[in-house]
Amino acid sequence: MDEFGSLMHGFSVALTWQNLAFMLVGIVLGVLIGVLPGLGGANGVAILLPLTFSMSPTSAIIMLSCIYWGALFGGAITSVLFNIPGEPWSVATTFDGHPMARQGRAGEALTAAFTSSFFGALIAVVVLTFLAPMVADFALRFGPPEFFAVQLLTFCSFVGLGRGSPAKTIAAMMLGFALAAVGLDTVTGQLRLTFGTTELLRGFDFLIAVIGLFGIGEILLTMEEGLAFRGVAARIDPSVVLRTWRELPRYWLTALRGTLIGCWMGITPGGATPASFMSYGIAKRFSKRGADFGSGQMEGVVAPETAAHAAGTSALLPMLTLGIPGSPTAAVLLGGLLIWGLQPGPLLFTEQKDFVWGLIASMYLGNVVGLAVVLTTVPFWAAILRVPFSIIAPVIVVICAVGAYTVHNALLDVALMLVFGVLGYLFKKLDYPLAPLVLALVLGDLAESAFRQSMLLSQGSLSIFWSNGLVASVCGLALLMLAWPMLVRLVRRVR
Amino acid sequence: MHPTNEAPGGGASVSTRVMEIVVAVAFIAVGLVVVHDSVRIGFRWSEDGPQAGYFPFWVGVFMIAASIATLVHAIRSPTARTTVFVTTQSLRPVLRMLLPTAAFVLGVYFLGLYTSAALYLGAFMRVGGGFRWRTVAPMALGVPVFLFLLFERWFLIPLPKGPLEALLGY
Repeated sequence: MDEFGSLMHGFSVALTWQNLAFMLVGIVLGVLIGVLPGLGGANGVAILLPLTFSMSPTSAIIMLSCIYWGALFGGAITSVLFNIPGEPWSVATTFDGHPMARQGRAGEALTAAFTSSFFGALIAVVVLTFLAPMVADFALRFGPPEFFAVQLLTFCSFVGLGRGSPAKTIAAMMLGFALAAVGLDTVTGQLRLTFGTTELLRGFDFLIAVIGLFGIGEILLTMEEGLAFRGVAARIDPSVVLRTWRELPRYWLTALRGTLIGCWMGITPGGATPASFMSYGIAKRFSKRGADFGSGQMEGVVAPETAAHAAGTSALLPMLTLGIPGSPTAAVLLGGLLIWGLQPGPLLFTEQKDFVWGLIASMYLGNVVGLAVVLTTVPFWAAILRVPFSIIAPVIVVICAVGAYTVHNALLDVALMLVFGVLGYLFKKLDYPLAPLVLALVLGDLAESAFRQSMLLSQGSLSIFWSNGLVASVCGLALLMLAWPMLVRLVRRVR
Repeated sequence: MHPTNEAPGGGASVSTRVMEIVVAVAFIAVGLVVVHDSVRIGFRWSEDGPQAGYFPFWVGVFMIAASIATLVHAIRSPTARTTVFVTTQSLRPVLRMLLPTAAFVLGVYFLGLYTSAALYLGAFMRVGGGFRWRTVAPMALGVPVFLFLLFERWFLIPLPKGPLEALLGY
């Protein structure tokens, strides 16, 4: 029970008044971000990241990860009350959550959503607590070929698990890699894709891309859809909470299934959004009340919420142990690690014990605090959504601009943010996935250097990627993922 | 080159097919630029290992290949031709958001962030939202002042400032 001791140590790190305060601030900001259109986990964390440059890494990651949990909770509020998903992963929550609210059971739907999120996250944190040290330990033996193989698997998983067109996934991903390559090549010292301008020497920062793609892009989409927030009023009082809690254990199987799907999709970078859809779909197929799904079944709220929160939480596992984030928000947190001077990867677990275990302990505490906060403050958030969009939209744009500027104190970044915003709008309308683009932009340099080092080891022969059992099986799995959409099509045709 | 036809929402529209083709061609163009630049700096193998363009070269190649697939699919797809990407009617609110935002970003260059934000917020609420001045003024002035206190005073992070701040002695 080595992990248990480490976890207790983590609690001693996380349980200071200062860190608890950061936790609370993070959760409240996170719920706000989750509720507001245009601000989400990924770009919300990206905007606040520069404010944490001077904080201690442990306090900073506690606050930022709590923003992430808060955003995961907050997405459900808009879905249930307004039928507008505040976050992509809460789209599936609208299917049954909003009908429940229309039937006057908004309090129950919200309690069910929050409690399911909490359950999913808690199980995922337990999984993370005991699995992460093992993965990290195992990964200590990795060389460059193994790291490249794992990254290959990450990117191929997007093609295999994604719901859209594989060609578009690959194109978006390659755009991310290309943008990552812009600037100074650290190995040879040559300038790549700068075309003689000095402004591009720095390359493209993924934080700017995240703020633009997710923030401005989302606002433009919201404007086009011409949202009018016509919501259902909601109050949650203790009797509703207790009544719902008595009913929830009936759906333990759905919750457990959702959590497992979520953990799997979070660790392999499927992400929270597909996990929530998958869990909803499977619950609908296997439930006795499956035919009634969509008319306001509590089970239909439990399924996507457990999966989304479990996926969001377990996305931190590969980020901490391998340095490969499982979701865009985890990618932004990874960027934070690099900025605070911590090298993500297996060594983190041996060299930065305080940081890692402080973070993991804060995940337990953060979710408890989060559940308490959202259960008590729902009317407040619903009121915020009644503020007209023509007030909220420009304020969000200004916040995004400030966030983009403070990353490097560069004015060009504000303009770039706008360009990425238009790009995000186009991509979303044409179903180009944004997550692979962002992850490729973050991991581009790491993937390239792992690839180059492998090539140096093998003198330019690709055979190094099947030179031993481990690397060969990871690469094989990656290729299987890449070919998956084609295989599915082939099987369908044969039938 | 944009075929316009009558859309259910009224007004002219652009089909999804046209947009798919435009974006796929843009991707191919970017891919060609990446490949070209990689060839320029060398994409082969030198004595000391892979050259700087080795990795980006393949990135560009994959981008072109994937986008050609998307392009072919878009041209041949029967549904994309009939689905509407955007109508002038639905484009209007997008532009109503985008153009002032572009003006705001431009304003940051010349007026600094605080002044530009105040003008942007004020104009957006007054023209876009039709609010009265007594609702507009507190928001348009309050948000920049709050940001000023938050960043310049508490976090000591300087944001872009313009002539107005210079006049006030910052």
